Amino acid sequence: MRSIPVNAEVTPQGPAQVLRLCGLAVSFTTPAGVVCAASDVSLQVARGECLGVVGESGAGKSVSFLALLGLLPPNARVQGAAQFCGTELLRAGPRALERLRGAAIGMVFQDPMTSLTPHLRIGEQIAEVLVHHRKLSWAAARARAQQLLTRVHVTDPAHRMAQYPHELSGGMRQRVMIAIALACEPQLLIADEPTTSLDVTIQAQILALLAELKREQGMAMVLITHDLGAVAGVADRVAVMRGGRVIETGAVAAILNAPHDPYTQALVRNAPRLTASAGVTQAARGQEAVALTLTDVSVEFSVGARWFGRAAALSAVNAVSFELRAGESLGVVGESGAGKSTLARAVLQLLKPSSGRVVWMGAALGELPAGELRALRRDLQIIFQDPLASLDPRRTVGEIVAEPLRVHAPELDAPARGLEVDAALRRVGLPATLAGRYPHELSGGECQRVGIARAMIVKPRLLVCDEPVSALDTPTQQQIVTLLAQLQCESGLSLVFVSHNLALVQRLCERVLVLYLGRMMELAPAQSLYARPLHPYTRELLSAVPLPDPQLQPARLARALPGEPPSPLNPPSGCVYRTRCPHAVAVCQQRVPAWELAGGDRQVACHRWREL
Amino acid sequence: MLRYALRRLGGLIPTLLVIVTVSFCIVRLAPGGPFDQEQTLTPAVRANLDHLYGLDQPLAAQYLHYLGGLLHGDFGPSLSQRDFTVTELIGQGLPVSITVGLLAILLALVIGIPAGIAAATWRNQGADHGLTLFAALAVALPSFVTGPLFALVFGLALHWLPVAGWERGAPRYLVLPVLTLALPVAAYLARLTRASLLEVLRSPWIRSARARGLGGTRVLWRHALRPALLPAVSYLGPALAYVVTGSLVVETVFGLPGTGRYLVQGAIDRDYPLVMGMIVVYGALLLLFNLIADLLYGWLDPRVRHE
Ligand code: SF4
Repeated sequence: MRSIPVNAEVTPQGPAQVLRLCGLAVSFTTPAGVVCAASDVSLQVARGECLGVVGESGAGKSVSFLALLGLLPPNARVQGAAQFCGTELLRAGPRALERLRGAAIGMVFQDPMTSLTPHLRIGEQIAEVLVHHRKLSWAAARARAQQLLTRVHVTDPAHRMAQYPHELSGGMRQRVMIAIALACEPQLLIADEPTTSLDVTIQAQILALLAELKREQGMAMVLITHDLGAVAGVADRVAVMRGGRVIETGAVAAILNAPHDPYTQALVRNAPRLTASAGVTQAARGQEAVALTLTDVSVEFSVGARWFGRAAALSAVNAVSFELRAGESLGVVGESGAGKSTLARAVLQLLKPSSGRVVWMGAALGELPAGELRALRRDLQIIFQDPLASLDPRRTVGEIVAEPLRVHAPELDAPARGLEVDAALRRVGLPATLAGRYPHELSGGECQRVGIARAMIVKPRLLVCDEPVSALDTPTQQQIVTLLAQLQCESGLSLVFVSHNLALVQRLCERVLVLYLGRMMELAPAQSLYARPLHPYTRELLSAVPLPDPQLQPARLARALPGEPPSPLNPPSGCVYRTRCPHAVAVCQQRVPAWELAGGDRQVACHRWREL
Repeated sequence: MLRYALRRLGGLIPTLLVIVTVSFCIVRLAPGGPFDQEQTLTPAVRANLDHLYGLDQPLAAQYLHYLGGLLHGDFGPSLSQRDFTVTELIGQGLPVSITVGLLAILLALVIGIPAGIAAATWRNQGADHGLTLFAALAVALPSFVTGPLFALVFGLALHWLPVAGWERGAPRYLVLPVLTLALPVAAYLARLTRASLLEVLRSPWIRSARARGLGGTRVLWRHALRPALLPAVSYLGPALAYVVTGSLVVETVFGLPGTGRYLVQGAIDRDYPLVMGMIVVYGALLLLFNLIADLLYGWLDPRVRHE
């Protein structure tokens, strides 16, 4: 704890204070003893103000706020004081808390996929809150619910009312969550990692919505996040938490521009930015051999195929071509549904392309006999998005990492394998003692390192990373990306890095391929792409990256691109991006833009790239 | 939904055909024949019998003949009870078995699911522990133990209910067999429901519903219950299978004129048409039950609903 009292900034003790936490402490009684999750948390939020609470996972951010709402499991012990508009929350009974929750205090959770009740229609779930707290009739509540959907900019609200959560995109579901939280016009809105599981473009939209609501409704808001970029656009003040304590609070500009605490300084320093200096320069590889060539690779899925009824063809990847030289790193970016992961799998023939060729070191992978392809797989490794799900829960870390050796180097005996495993774990920055543990005992970042160790142990020449960090918090993301850059540099492997996060791609990749609805939009060296994006979609992706800059970020949020990608089942005619492109003209609807050379090793598919 | 149900119903016919074909082959693959045990038969009489029942024809012809009969609801003659056709035998016994079986499943649902909900609601309290213990016992005890035990206690000792008999389905005669069959199913359903409700209550959407200030009752009934019933619904098919096999014991213990014994006796006697008839009837019943379970599933969870 710093010696300066956390509440040093003088805030008048007026009615303006909506929430005041004083010395809040949370501990859990577990079989292994008492675990302290938060201690001495003192914070306050005023009307019309947004407090950003920043920290890594496990810093005690969510726990503190769940505690004051009485939403922690029964083994939690909460002490201290939490004044909400004159009510002492920690001494309020469960009934009194129930009356506040959802009415005076709205809450939005991280994962909109699982935070809505799957078997109830959207409209019912919004209306339910109004019926319950406001005692409205169901008819009146439904009418109000539809207005609320309009308020949070849900398209086609009348239709959405009757839909179930699984029929909505992640962004739409998060809007619904916000509508529910807003239904009873709360004085305080607590948003717990509201954008973490969403695409960059949708993140920007949701943050823009929160900023707009704060401005127009004048309520107090708490934004819990691990992303400084999110805070920069919305919050007025920031509290930084670490190890269950608040280590620094202050105005957003002060914290982001001149942090005091060394931990905050490191957070700010490592936050993803799009600066000219951050990028990887393209090495001179003119003489390096081309390692991987994709020619017009397309992947189609048939969906809706049943015994009776016709199947529709979904074109997930459409005529993608690129070359990758030995030792080169290529970033593949785009929103979800852009076909990035499909492309990654098609490169490794984990999915058979429906047409086109993938050539690795002169061998067309699709035409190789199964045995030869299996032998080649030693060179071609992949790491997946969900670190925990991709590791066998019944095996120890050592067994998991050794697995590829059993397949590709059967000549090694157990002690030799053990040595290799130790070396592989050390290379990814894990202690060799971890070999005896099970995946569920590890953190997300450690799991992903295990995944990388497993891929690297056979010394591959191509590593395909499919959204390897999107399930991790920002500091851990940075660490993993740094690790990948280091491994690539040491071993000279070629890298295909699939991500929706352009700031991360910039740290790692020499060239970037932008995909939209499975089609190539732009392919360019990272430096020129970030300095001067040619395609309107690339520009949009870049401007959606949340930057930890309180001067720029609010204005960037205000310009967030509306809308979501159309269904890949029914792509727009002509340029597939035209339905969201601010520069679309008549020709964009009629003709598919050609894949043109734009000078300096850049390629782009847009009718208007020259004029824009 | 209705169109979907009808289409699924149509989809059952090919499945049933597969069941008929496979079981026809298996039944005929078993060594021995229907008249092996009647040692007094002279070869000529035996050939006559074989000829009478078409057993001397090639298997493929017999199969086609059997299928043709099935189309008219004709299961063929019984080879062991030679005065009856299989249709007659099943027609007499099936109403008894179905009444007892369906009542048992119904009773199990009515007892098991609420018991599971209660146990989950008051988890780790006295009622929960008691229920868990009781359920463990009920699942573990076979019906040839509980059946006679019930008969002993409620029939012979307390004289509350008759020990055995059918009496055209008089309720008093139904209670003990239905109870015996239902008990393990109810216990199993209770355990399933308890576990899955506890699981659902830990899910993010329940926390999110509570964060909206919804009260415990509303969260339980509106947000948690439907998904928590999914495992119980999936168990309906296996429950029917259990009741079918259990009916052999229960019908013997309580002297019910059902079909339970036909399956075993028919197999021992190599009474091909009888065994086949039982397989076809119970196969169709099982498919129907699975279909109902599927439709219920779709109602409980919109994510599996089609079109
Ligand atoms: S072709 Fe037209 S619609 Fe497509 S990106 Fe270019 S300007 Fe926009």
